[in-house]
Amino acid sequence: MTEKHIDDVSGVRTTGHEWDGIRELDNPMPRWWVWTFYATIIWSLGYVIAFPAWPLLKTSTQGVLGYSSRAEVDRDLQAASAEMDVYQTAIRERTMDDILADEALRPIAIAAGAAAFKMNCVQCHGSGAEGSKGFPNLNDDDWMWGGNPDQIRQTIAHGIRFTKDGETRDSLMPPFADVLEPAQIAQVSAFVASLSGPVRDPSLIAAGKTVFAENCAACHGDNAKGNREMGAPNLTDAIWLYGSGEASIAAQVRAPRAGVMPAWNDRLGETTVKELATFVHELGGGEK
Amino acid sequence: MQTDDAPKAQILTRPTPAKGPALYARRRKIFPKRATGTFRQFKWIVMAITLGIYYVVPWIRWDRGPYAPDQAVLIDLATRRFYFFSIEIWPQEFIYVAGLLVMAGIGLFLVTSTIGRAWCGYACPQTVWVDLFLVIERFFEGDRNARMKLDAGPWTLRKLRIRTLKHASWLLVSVLTGGAWIFYFADAPTLVPDLLSGNAISTAYITVAILTATTYTFGGLMREQVCTYMCPWPRIQAAMLDETSLTVTYNDWRGEPRSRHTKKAAAAGESTGDCVDCNACVAVCPMGIDIRNGQQLECITCALCIDACDDIMGRLGRERGLIGYSTLNDYDSNMALATRSGTALITPELVRTPEGGFNAAVAHFHWRKILRPRTFLYFTAWSAVGLSMALAVATRDRLELNVLHDRNPQFVRLSDGAVRNGYTVKILNMIPQPRTVILQLDPAFDGATMTIAGADLENVKTAEIALEPDRLKTLKVFVRAEPGHVASGPQPFLLKVSDPASGETAGYMATFNAPETVR
Repeated sequence: MTEKHIDDVSGVRTTGHEWDGIRELDNPMPRWWVWTFYATIIWSLGYVIAFPAWPLLKTSTQGVLGYSSRAEVDRDLQAASAEMDVYQTAIRERTMDDILADEALRPIAIAAGAAAFKMNCVQCHGSGAEGSKGFPNLNDDDWMWGGNPDQIRQTIAHGIRFTKDGETRDSLMPPFADVLEPAQIAQVSAFVASLSGPVRDPSLIAAGKTVFAENCAACHGDNAKGNREMGAPNLTDAIWLYGSGEASIAAQVRAPRAGVMPAWNDRLGETTVKELATFVHELGGGEK
Repeated sequence: MQTDDAPKAQILTRPTPAKGPALYARRRKIFPKRATGTFRQFKWIVMAITLGIYYVVPWIRWDRGPYAPDQAVLIDLATRRFYFFSIEIWPQEFIYVAGLLVMAGIGLFLVTSTIGRAWCGYACPQTVWVDLFLVIERFFEGDRNARMKLDAGPWTLRKLRIRTLKHASWLLVSVLTGGAWIFYFADAPTLVPDLLSGNAISTAYITVAILTATTYTFGGLMREQVCTYMCPWPRIQAAMLDETSLTVTYNDWRGEPRSRHTKKAAAAGESTGDCVDCNACVAVCPMGIDIRNGQQLECITCALCIDACDDIMGRLGRERGLIGYSTLNDYDSNMALATRSGTALITPELVRTPEGGFNAAVAHFHWRKILRPRTFLYFTAWSAVGLSMALAVATRDRLELNVLHDRNPQFVRLSDGAVRNGYTVKILNMIPQPRTVILQLDPAFDGATMTIAGADLENVKTAEIALEPDRLKTLKVFVRAEPGHVASGPQPFLLKVSDPASGETAGYMATFNAPETVR
């Protein structure tokens, strides 16, 4: 502070601070302002007593009102799940077809299924359920174990080749490396590839057809359209779980790979499994 | 507004409080006297109009059919709709409200640059409600002198009764003020019984309580302090005004030297100005200032001092307008005239004729002075925003279509070799009537069909979609391109929705994606 200075025009003291000849007036605060300031101090004292405030070593003072933001979140979550219960109950009690037919319930089941899918399924099937080599794309219309709502629910509930579940979908294609001659494998691969597109050497197809009828038709069917009872894929369509083309087919004939999907009934419960099935069915490839 | 070259030093010096610094300043109590005159009359009219609008508007009915509320002005927060007579605004159309705010801003520039703080003086809710509260105060306590006497007097039963009645009436007005506010947010005729029977939502009561408290505090207790200490507008106005803006001005070039004893002074051969120092202008001022000290931050230009002074001047048979609306240019030119360009003290004879009229050189305001580039520019901008908004509202779409392509997967190859893309299609029916529209896939998109999930419509080119009134309809649409019709790479196509009844259409250019290898 420099010397006391009185402003000529207003007759008010200045703070003594000066910037390029401009001085700051030292007008007193209005009384109501000061009172408001004191009121906020008193309020803060009450606040400190009423609510959690002072940090201690491991926790903090709890406040006499016993308020906790964590408890408030818990209450909110409980209220939300209580609201959800109505729908959860409806989904649990109804059949898949009923859920899908209900205009009000279907979007809720789909949304709940989408949430569960992101938690439990995207690790293998991808965030868009688009799959990858060895992990089926759930958007398309090709279903190894059946694509109607109940079949999808069944697959999710009990898994595939998941031995801990008694009702799991189970089948295994045997390796043909020791059963068929390499030439025969080349022939049957050419035949299978020819069912959905052109092949390099069409002369192999006729022989391949014979090999197929003798070794493969039992599971994949005489027309190679597959058999959903045993999860034998349709070999005439454009969708290939382990890659298309003769080389990929031959590799699969010699030493077939087969994925395992866990059963989800015990982990997520029937209701969530139904929601997941609804979500997957409505991705666009679901069957009636 | 103060300029250094204006020779006003003799009147600018305020009474000097040369005491030591105080921690706080007590409020100087203000007891504004009731004014009469042109501006007071105008303010009564403005008050009636503004209060009338505020209280009456929520009760105006406007028939929109069975699917929308029949309240003319309604901010429906629950369903996020804003109704203003025939205009209904959805949240994404909030730009119209933004446009109104822009107009309000430019309008404020226009008004302020032309006639100063007219908003503060006439239309600001703070001014209007303080005026209303002063009417109540006068009704119970009497005019200025009676109020001052009552305030200074001891607490008697009479004083207690009067004060209680006054504050109770203020509170009643405050409750009605807060109460009227919530009617803009819900159906007024059903809200009233709900509110009175305690069945309205707690938000309603909390809002009423808060607005009651603010109205009572600001209008009754704080009054002029709100303008002086809280409101930013008095600070902003300095940048808005210029030397051709009209402001309430004490014309000291004809008022000074002021004297209460003009006859005695005249007898002594001294010249006096028009100001008889009667303090009428100070007595009526709701801000508690003396306009004769020049333009001040506190002055809301309510013009009541003009009324008060004109009344006195009229009675004394002198020219009115000692205090009046004047521009700084006129004031400066007259001041220069009265002081020989600042070389002398104010000499009334220099602006007067011997007959008592004004010298021909005295500048007077003429309405043409408000026509200048600045006001013209503001008015042009203001009208441009208004006209373009009116045009936009008149031609805006009430049927809209939005299409979102699935992010993941971008495409799905189907077992027969076809390729499918998924879309979330949103159709906005923005009228309060149900209607059936036709969703059409681009006819030029050969080999493509669409399937609408959950609607039993598979592989179609067009689909009838029933829309609920005033609602958004979300559809999951799959577009399928047959093998042989799939372009490699992204293919744009048009998705169109049309209402055959009204002829409205809306389109969206969507993209169909396919793997590079698919042909």
